[in-house]
Amino acid sequence: MRRKAALAAGLALVLAITACGGGGNGGNGGTAEFNAADTSIVNASTKAGGTLNLALNDDWDSIDPGNTYYGFAWDFARFYGRALTMFKPAPGTAGLEVVPDLATGLGEFTDGGRTVTYKLRPNVKFEDGTPVTSKDVKYAVARTYARDVLPNGPTYFVDLLDAGDYPGPYQQPDLNQFTGIQTPDDLTVVFKLKAPFGDFDYLAANPQTIPVPQAKDTGAKYQEHPMSTGSYKVDSYVPGKEFILSKNPNWDTSDTNRKQLLDKIDVKLKVNAEDIDNRLLAGSLDADLAGTGVQAAAQSRILSDPNLKKNADNSFTGRLWFFVMDEKVAPFDNIECRKAVQYATDKVALQTAFGGPIAGGEVATTMLPPNIVGYQKFDLYQTPEAKGDIAKAKEALAACGMPNGFSTKILLRSDRPKEVAAGEALQQALAKAGIQAEITGVPSGGYFTRFAGAPEYMHANNIGIAFHGWQADWPTGYGFLQQLVDGRTIKAQGNTNVQEMDLPAINALFDKAAASTDVAERTAIYGQIDRAAMEHASVVPFLYAKGLVYRNPQMTNVYIQYSYGIYDFSQVGKQ
Amino acid sequence: MTSPLDAPSTAVAQPEAVLQGIGRKAIEGRSLGQIAWARLKRDKLAIAGGVVVILLIAMALLAPLLTKITGGSPTEFNQDLIDPTFSKPKGDGIFAGFSWDHPLGVEPRSGRDVFSRILYGAQISLLIGFLATAVSVVLGTVAGVIAGYFGGWVDTFLSRTMDVFLAFPLLLFALALAGVIPDSAFGLSGNSLRVAVLVFIIGFFNWPYIGRIIRGQTLALREREFVDAARSLGASGRWVIFRELLPNLFAPILVYSTLMIPTNILFEAALSFLGVGIRPPTPSWGKMLADAVPFYSVAPMYMVVPGLAIFITVMAFNLLGDGLRDALDPRAR
Repeated sequence: MRRKAALAAGLALVLAITACGGGGNGGNGGTAEFNAADTSIVNASTKAGGTLNLALNDDWDSIDPGNTYYGFAWDFARFYGRALTMFKPAPGTAGLEVVPDLATGLGEFTDGGRTVTYKLRPNVKFEDGTPVTSKDVKYAVARTYARDVLPNGPTYFVDLLDAGDYPGPYQQPDLNQFTGIQTPDDLTVVFKLKAPFGDFDYLAANPQTIPVPQAKDTGAKYQEHPMSTGSYKVDSYVPGKEFILSKNPNWDTSDTNRKQLLDKIDVKLKVNAEDIDNRLLAGSLDADLAGTGVQAAAQSRILSDPNLKKNADNSFTGRLWFFVMDEKVAPFDNIECRKAVQYATDKVALQTAFGGPIAGGEVATTMLPPNIVGYQKFDLYQTPEAKGDIAKAKEALAACGMPNGFSTKILLRSDRPKEVAAGEALQQALAKAGIQAEITGVPSGGYFTRFAGAPEYMHANNIGIAFHGWQADWPTGYGFLQQLVDGRTIKAQGNTNVQEMDLPAINALFDKAAASTDVAERTAIYGQIDRAAMEHASVVPFLYAKGLVYRNPQMTNVYIQYSYGIYDFSQVGKQ
Repeated sequence: MTSPLDAPSTAVAQPEAVLQGIGRKAIEGRSLGQIAWARLKRDKLAIAGGVVVILLIAMALLAPLLTKITGGSPTEFNQDLIDPTFSKPKGDGIFAGFSWDHPLGVEPRSGRDVFSRILYGAQISLLIGFLATAVSVVLGTVAGVIAGYFGGWVDTFLSRTMDVFLAFPLLLFALALAGVIPDSAFGLSGNSLRVAVLVFIIGFFNWPYIGRIIRGQTLALREREFVDAARSLGASGRWVIFRELLPNLFAPILVYSTLMIPTNILFEAALSFLGVGIRPPTPSWGKMLADAVPFYSVAPMYMVVPGLAIFITVMAFNLLGDGLRDALDPRAR
C-alpha cells in the first residue's frame, strides 16, 4: 500500500486548510471515520486510474453548463468546464471561499462597483485544442439571455448586467450588440453592471461563465456535446440512462483546482433510491451524486454497523426548513401573536417529524444555516430544550390581546410526508398554547406559483402559517436571504418572501451589502439582516437540514464541498 | 301470481322445509326473506363476514369510548416513545412500541397511538364506503329501472350515458378534482367538504355498474306474466315500477350494494394513499399505509396494521355479499 506517503501529504493539506479556513478539527485527516469527510480529506492519495461510479435517482435538467439549476449539476459541471471562479476545493468552511479558476484572480471592482474585470489564464484550451478567449466567456454569458432556448439556469446575469433588452445570440448573433460584457483583448473580460453587486465573484462561479465557442454552439442541442475546458470531457450523455466522461487530453495541467486521477466517470441515471443505497453498501457504486442522504432502510444498517458507519458522513446540506407567518393575515399582523407562535413551537417535535438529528438535521434558531457566509449563532426565542415554552407563549398571547388563543390555518405540501408530519406536530404544539390551527394541504407542484407564493391566495383563504424550505444559489447571506426577506422581492406569483416582510431597514442593509466590496463588512451585514429578520418574528426556522451520505471506501480525496453540501467530485480518485 | 325467486324447484332448500314442517307444526308458507335467511344461516363464511361487519361498525361508532379505555388519542403526539435517530418506535423487534397503553403500537415519527387511529380511521372508511354506495345505488336504480322499463330512446340515451361514465378515467379525474377543491364550498368546509367530495366522486362515477345490472333485471322482469297481468288490469306505470318491479329488484340491489361497499372502501384508501383524501391529522387507513411506506423496513408493523384493517373489512363485506347473493338468488350459483 502506498497509502502512507499520501496520507502525510493529505494531512499537510488539511492543516493548511484548517489554518486559513478556521473550520473543523484538522486532526483526523486521512482516516475513514464517521463524518470525517465533513471537515477533512478522507483517503488522500495521488494514485491514478479507475472508474468513478455514480448514480442519480433523477436526471439532469440539462448538462449544458449554461442551462442547469441543480446543485449537483453545478458541482459536477466543474469536471468538464472551468468557470471564471470556483469554490475553493477544500473541506470545511474553507470551501465557502471563492478562488479564481479560469481567471487569474478575483474580480477587480471599479467605477463604484459597477465594473468588474477578470483576466483569463493564458494557455487554457477547449478539448479540441482551440485556445479559450474572452469572447468565449462573453458568448457563454450572452447565450443565457436566450430564455426561450435555454430556460433552466438562474437569471442573475440577465438581471444584473447592463445589456438593455439584448435578446440572446440566437436572435442577435452579433456579439457587439451585447453590451453587458466587454472584451478589450483576448484575455480580459469586463462585466458592466446596472448597480454594484458585492457578491459578484460568487455569481462568476456559476457554470454559466464556463466558456462556450460560438462556432460550436447548437442552442438547446449543445448539451449533446458541451466543449470541455475541465479535466474530463463528455463521451456520451443519454437522458434518463447514463452520462459518461473520459480524460480531456487538452486540459491545462497547471490547473490546481481539479485533479485528473480517474480514467473514466460513469453516472447512471434514474436509478431507484433504495437500489442506489444497496449498490453503495455493496461497493459497486462510489456515491450518490445528489447527496441528499440514504433512505430509512440503509440508514439503520449504516448506523448500527460500525464498519459501515465509518464510511458515512452527516453534513449540513445547506437547506433550511422553516415556516412563516403571513404579516398581512390577522392576527399575525400583530408581532406579539407571532411571538406567541415562536415560543409555542416545539422544534424537537418538528425535527423528529423530519427524520431526527441525523436524517433530518439540527434544530435551527437562525435563518442562515451554519455553512453559509455570515452565519452567527443566536437564539432570540429560546425555550427549554427547544421544546417550546407554553408560559411565554401565553404571555405573548395576552400582550397580543388574545389571551384565550385564536384559530388559524397551516399551509403545507400534502405530497411531502415529512412536511405533513411536521405540520401535525406544529398543530399539536400550538394547541397547547390555545392556538387552534387547521391544516390545509396543497400539491407541491404550484406551491409557489398558486398557493404559498401567491399572496392573494394566502389572504383570501386566511392562511396564517405556511411551511417553507430554502437553499441558496450561492453560500452567502445575500444569496440565501435576499429572496426571503427583502421586501422588494414580494410578487403576486412565485413569491418566496411568503411572510410578506417589507422592512425599509432590512431592504437598506441588502443595498449596503451589495455596494460593499469588503468581504468582512458584507459578512457582518448578513449577520445583521438575519438578526433583524428574526426580531420581526414572522419566520420560524426549525431545522438546518442534514443528510446521511455514504462514500465508498475505495474513493480517495473525499470531502464534502460546503458550498454545494455534497462531495467534491472534482478531486476524487479511486484506490 | 308468483314471485320469481321461489318459483323454480330449489332442490337444496325444499327437503329442509319439508323436514322442519313435519317435525314441529303444520306446514306453512314462508316468505322470501325467511327462505333467504334460512339459506344464509347455513353459509358459515357469510355469517362470519356479517359478524365482522357488525363488529367493525360497532367499533367505529364506539371509537371514542374504546379509546377512553386504552387511554390513547388519535392525534396526541408521544415523541418520548420514538427513537429520534431512526424515527421509529423505541425498542427492539417488530413489535417495538406495542404496550397495554398502545395495543397496536405507535406511529413512527410522531408516536401517535395506532389503535385509536385505526378505530377513528374505520369511521372515515365506513362512512365514505356506505355513503358513496348509497349515492351509486340510488342513481343506478333510478336510471336502471327507467331505462329497462321504458326502453326505446330513453334506454338508448341512459345506456350510452352509462357507457360514457364507465369509460371515464375515474382515478385520474378524482386526483385532479380533489387537488383543486377549495377550502370551503357549498356551505361546507374542512373535512366535511372533503368527505362530501370523496362521496360524490366515488358514488357519482360508480352508479353505472349497478345501473346496468338493474336495467338487465328490469328488462327480464318487464316481460314476466305478473307484470303483464298488472298492466292488463290497468295499473299505471308508476304502480308497476313501485309495486311490481322494485320489490323484485330488492335482492340484486342488496347484493350488489354489499359488494360495492368494499370496492368503495378500497377506492377511498387508494385516494388517501395518493394524498387526496381526508386532511391530516384525521386518521384514514389509506393515509396510514402511505405514511408507513418509508418505514417498512424499520417499523414493519405500522404497515401491517392498517393493511390488515383494510383487508379484513373488504374480505368481510365480500363474504357477506357473496353469501347474500347465494341466499337470495340461488340460480346465480
